[in-house]
Amino acid sequence: MGREVEIKICMGTGGLAAGGRAVMNAFAEGLKAEGIDAKVSENCSIHQVGCRGFCARDVLVDVIIDGKRTTYQYIKPEMVEQIIKNHIIGGEVVQDWTVKEDYQAFHDKQVKVVLADCGEVDPEDIDSYISRRGYEALQKVFREMTPEKVINTIEASGLRGRGGAGFPTGVKWDFARRNPGDVKYIICNADEGDPGAFMDRSVIEGNPHSVIEGMIIGAYAIGAHHGYVYIRAEYPLAVERLKIALEQARQRGFLGRDILGSGFDFDIKIKLGAGAFVCGEETALIASIEGKRGMPRPKPPFPAQKGLWGKPTVINNVETLANVPAIIRNGALWFAKFGTEKSKGTKVFALTGKVNNTGLIEVPMGISLREIIYDIGGGIEGGRKLKAVQTGGPSGGCIPAEYIDISVDYESLARMGSIVGSGGMVVMDETDCMVNIAKYFLEFTQAESCGKCVPCRIGTKRLLEILSRITDGRGRPGDIDLLVTLSEDVKAGSLCGLGQTAPNPVLSTIKYFRDEYEAHIHEKRCPAGVCKNLLTYTIIEEFCKGCTMCARVCPAGAIVGEKKQPHHIVQEICIKCGACFETCKFKAIKKG
Amino acid sequence: MKRIMALMDEIKEMSRRYPDRRAALLPGLYLAQREYGWLSQEAYEVVSKALNLPPATVKGVATFYAMYKKQPMGRHLIQLCTNVACMIMGAERLVDLLKERYGLEPGGTTKDGRFSLVIMECIGACDRAPAMLVDRDFHSDLKEDNIFEILEQYK
Repeated sequence: MGREVEIKICMGTGGLAAGGRAVMNAFAEGLKAEGIDAKVSENCSIHQVGCRGFCARDVLVDVIIDGKRTTYQYIKPEMVEQIIKNHIIGGEVVQDWTVKEDYQAFHDKQVKVVLADCGEVDPEDIDSYISRRGYEALQKVFREMTPEKVINTIEASGLRGRGGAGFPTGVKWDFARRNPGDVKYIICNADEGDPGAFMDRSVIEGNPHSVIEGMIIGAYAIGAHHGYVYIRAEYPLAVERLKIALEQARQRGFLGRDILGSGFDFDIKIKLGAGAFVCGEETALIASIEGKRGMPRPKPPFPAQKGLWGKPTVINNVETLANVPAIIRNGALWFAKFGTEKSKGTKVFALTGKVNNTGLIEVPMGISLREIIYDIGGGIEGGRKLKAVQTGGPSGGCIPAEYIDISVDYESLARMGSIVGSGGMVVMDETDCMVNIAKYFLEFTQAESCGKCVPCRIGTKRLLEILSRITDGRGRPGDIDLLVTLSEDVKAGSLCGLGQTAPNPVLSTIKYFRDEYEAHIHEKRCPAGVCKNLLTYTIIEEFCKGCTMCARVCPAGAIVGEKKQPHHIVQEICIKCGACFETCKFKAIKKG
Repeated sequence: MKRIMALMDEIKEMSRRYPDRRAALLPGLYLAQREYGWLSQEAYEVVSKALNLPPATVKGVATFYAMYKKQPMGRHLIQLCTNVACMIMGAERLVDLLKERYGLEPGGTTKDGRFSLVIMECIGACDRAPAMLVDRDFHSDLKEDNIFEILEQYK
């Protein structure tokens, strides 16, 4: 009767989209209907938790009875009754619905520092965070550490900025501390915008207090009394949870005047972005907080010298700050144990694209891409062949399958012409066209270029035009060289990181997949079968049974033929939509 | 009129939270957008007066950011991502489908004013791509056979 029953339900954006709220309600109602308090336990609680990574299996539900955890996957509200009756009351686990070995394999090679409590704590309950050593680091800082000692610890840990650039965090704090001024600011950059990236969103949704705690410690280190979190407005759930967390932290005296009796004052405001990718760049972000168009300015002066409203300002990424409490609690040496010589600690990646297990992962720096894709990611969807891995979003590059054994760290990826970046990792297979991928990234950077400097504004536009004509089948001899020259110019001449890195997807795909560019330009052929204008659909006569299915689905009426006789596609009428290809049961339609 | 005064007061109040009133411009525009549904000429004027900023400054800032609506929107806003992770999982086909079913073009609104469609550059739901936001709700793992089932819930 005295059993302790705890139910944890994944309610990140992924969990909610899969129906997490309805599952939670089903548990609440089901347990009440069963009179659970009397029947099984008085200690039965239901908690919402943030992302534990494996969002592809949502809704994930943990049932923990007296410390013994069972994880269920793909849970729908109608399945809840059986879990309550058989498992919680009857003590019989519903084996068919539990996670299998692959769930364990997904977690085996991960090392969780930032995500250690994501999926464990209730993000809307500060006590849940405190019960897992939350705000312990902050108390330690006020009790026994000077700001210099905090900075030294962070420097010694080797923590580098997780937003993309990889600048040592301790050094950044030290600059800001040394710059004179009574007013200083610390800003948390939560303007996560790289396509294929959702690490920061997940951290804030799953454990917002870890970011807040890191930020208070940073503020103490540099001597800032005001902080801002600049967060994307596209993340309504993260914004909501952050608001709740800030209010709870204020009530407990972790924010406000004289924090924990230390004499130190600090508070945090939320500032919503408005859908401009360039605002992730620090000077543009500052302009945006100030109420201006989010345009970058030349550096120096660096924000640590002249930042928000001209005052010394430190800007740290969400994940960087979320590392801080763990480093303070466990020490610099503990943190430096993970990773490589120059890249310490762990990195959170958003693993997406054509892998079997998509989701949020945290791995030690120095792990190989192979381990990420095959051990954690469970290999390529449909058993197809890996072609490339795109890292670092529009600032990064594509790493081809033959280099899959390289170490994932700042230096190794840079040598490959890519970057660690903020943590987007898009896996591509043989059905993806690399010229098309480059074009997509350029569409993005061209649209997001703020227009202030000419090389970026016009250069990205011209790059996109050339890529578009290549994928449309109008590529000209010499286009590849033109792309390379122009890319180098845009890199060299642009004002901020957006323009300086925008050509990377082009350069890296040319470097590793030049043959695909050449096939598009010279043979007017898309080897992956993606670029519509370069495709032809034909019917293989000996396979065609004359079932007429293709003729019936063809929206253009381009397929002719008698019933039970081989059909034929009239190329002049064909719009290359691929409907026939998808419909044919006899694999009689050839794409290429 | 009363509505306008209340909105102005709210924006003014917000500006006191910052060392410089201009910092309230982005949040002020959000408030005006909430009130009007989009940024009409009147909305710009209210923000301009409340913050004592030139109308050109206000409009200049608003037009820089994608999330400020410069034209009236339908009852429900579909924000569909077609960026790389969603694209390789089939988002382009969804754009075509919306056009076929509702005559809805990117940046446009259906004739009955029910839906507006905005193409987004990554909404951070790439693990279950392709994805979209309908108003404030995330929907992911979109396919030809479930997208309309989802959208039909929005009347």
